[in-house]
Amino acid sequence: MDILQLLVSGVANGCIYGLLALGFVLIYKASEAVNFAQGDMMMLGAFLGITFINAEYADLPFLIGITLAALILGVFGYLLDRLVLRAIFGQPQFAMVILTIALGFLMRFAAGVIWGHDPASLQTPFVGKVWEFGDLIIPVVDAVIIVTTVALTSILYFFFARTRLGVAMQASSQNQMAAYYMGIPVKRINAIVWALSGVVAAIAGVMFAAKGAVEPSVGLLFGIKAFAAAVIGGLGSLPGALLGGLLVGIVEPFAGRYLPSGVGQIAPYVLMLLVLILRPGGLFAQISQKKV
Amino acid sequence: MSLLQVKDLSISFGGVKAVDGVSFHVEAGEVFTLVGPNGAGKSTIFNLISRLYEPSAGQIIFDGQDITGLPAHDVAGLGIARTFQNIELFDHSSVLQNLLIGRHCRRQTRWFEELLFLPKVRRSEREQRLLVEEVIDFLDLAPYRDKLIAGLPYGVRKVVEIARALASEPKLILLDEPASGLSVEETQNMAWWIEDMQKDLGLTVLMVEHDMSLVSRVSDRVLAVAEGHPLAMGTAAEVQANPKVIEAYLGTEATS
Repeated sequence: MDILQLLVSGVANGCIYGLLALGFVLIYKASEAVNFAQGDMMMLGAFLGITFINAEYADLPFLIGITLAALILGVFGYLLDRLVLRAIFGQPQFAMVILTIALGFLMRFAAGVIWGHDPASLQTPFVGKVWEFGDLIIPVVDAVIIVTTVALTSILYFFFARTRLGVAMQASSQNQMAAYYMGIPVKRINAIVWALSGVVAAIAGVMFAAKGAVEPSVGLLFGIKAFAAAVIGGLGSLPGALLGGLLVGIVEPFAGRYLPSGVGQIAPYVLMLLVLILRPGGLFAQISQKKV
Repeated sequence: MSLLQVKDLSISFGGVKAVDGVSFHVEAGEVFTLVGPNGAGKSTIFNLISRLYEPSAGQIIFDGQDITGLPAHDVAGLGIARTFQNIELFDHSSVLQNLLIGRHCRRQTRWFEELLFLPKVRRSEREQRLLVEEVIDFLDLAPYRDKLIAGLPYGVRKVVEIARALASEPKLILLDEPASGLSVEETQNMAWWIEDMQKDLGLTVLMVEHDMSLVSRVSDRVLAVAEGHPLAMGTAAEVQANPKVIEAYLGTEATS
């Protein structure tokens, strides 16, 4: 029973890692670059959710609050690309890495100024409620997180597989030059991808705030673990990101419970190293070996 | 009226005038070839027509429409397709997927219809696939249909790129050195395909090519350029015999 209980909380945590890893994968798919501010965008989403939903602020219903947070962060992502990242369009990927790390600093600082540095958490209609199945206790919040994650991942999966816009995004990630001559507006596509990753970050953030406390620097460590999850999944695969997130989420509580103290902290990275050694392309490798 | 009109086209990179006052007309249905020594500005002219570079002066008129100010991603929709000297394909996708992306600019369905996979979308999917299959038959690509580009030999990739350009149903196709890096046999096939594109598909072809046997065989008219200037225009034989062209290639005065 102990194991099942750990599994439930691991899966719920893993879903949030997975959502954040989805954000990494989206940006990577579109521009072959890593957005190291992804965790901080999630933090912004969490604070936006708190601002809209909590009784001491706007006091809106949960669904309206999460929708507003997602919309605002979507617009934020779009503008970030249009106003900041477009300036380094076509530059080496390293420029993008440095720029997003700097953007992360700015977001943490701005959040500290706006919302303060005290931990805050989200008031939801289902907070503290649980379902009991014998000895097994499932917090409703965990169930909500799991269902939301599965739904969002499926929508994104079909979006990339079926829609012209989704296919255009994949095409411009593989070869920008060729994408132009297929009639794909590469720059506009990039901006839409950033908007999409903002939406995903906001949903992840609201879920995160429903489960625990948020303060401005929370995205940093969480973002790095989610990056590990994206790498485990194959950095470029949406189902891979979700699976990577789940693995990281599950490994953490188990290592914390059964192994010496401190091991839980490094377990996700150990897992990432193992995957990189055994399957260098990640679990859902997108890169096939070039034949010569 | 000419399908493509290029008027006084110029562009400089730093102090170098890569293309300086080049004008020519490409008539509908002809194979028009640009020749010239390396660095003459041939590929630059291609990149100007496909809107990758911004000309410093001049005009490009395609099918009666001034395209000089258009963004690069609008060019495909107008009916101009191109291939690249160094092959720009989607390497981690199959041949079929590459050709289907070639159809991108011709598709009309909306994203929510696509997400729900409505009957309209299914019908459109089938139409695209049929058109792509015609291109696959035309260029004998059937054995490679589901292979990833990254694993294909160079010569086949060259043909896939032409197939992808044809999939977009262009009026004008720009071929940037279609025979470079090909074997004698593959070059032979390329000549047949260019002839077929002109005669069977009624396409207009604008080509940059160094292989003079291929140029002589398929071209209706040839324009020689050197150092960004037009040198001579005419049939392949006329241009090859022109003293100015010989001088540009060999770097010495033609002696009688």
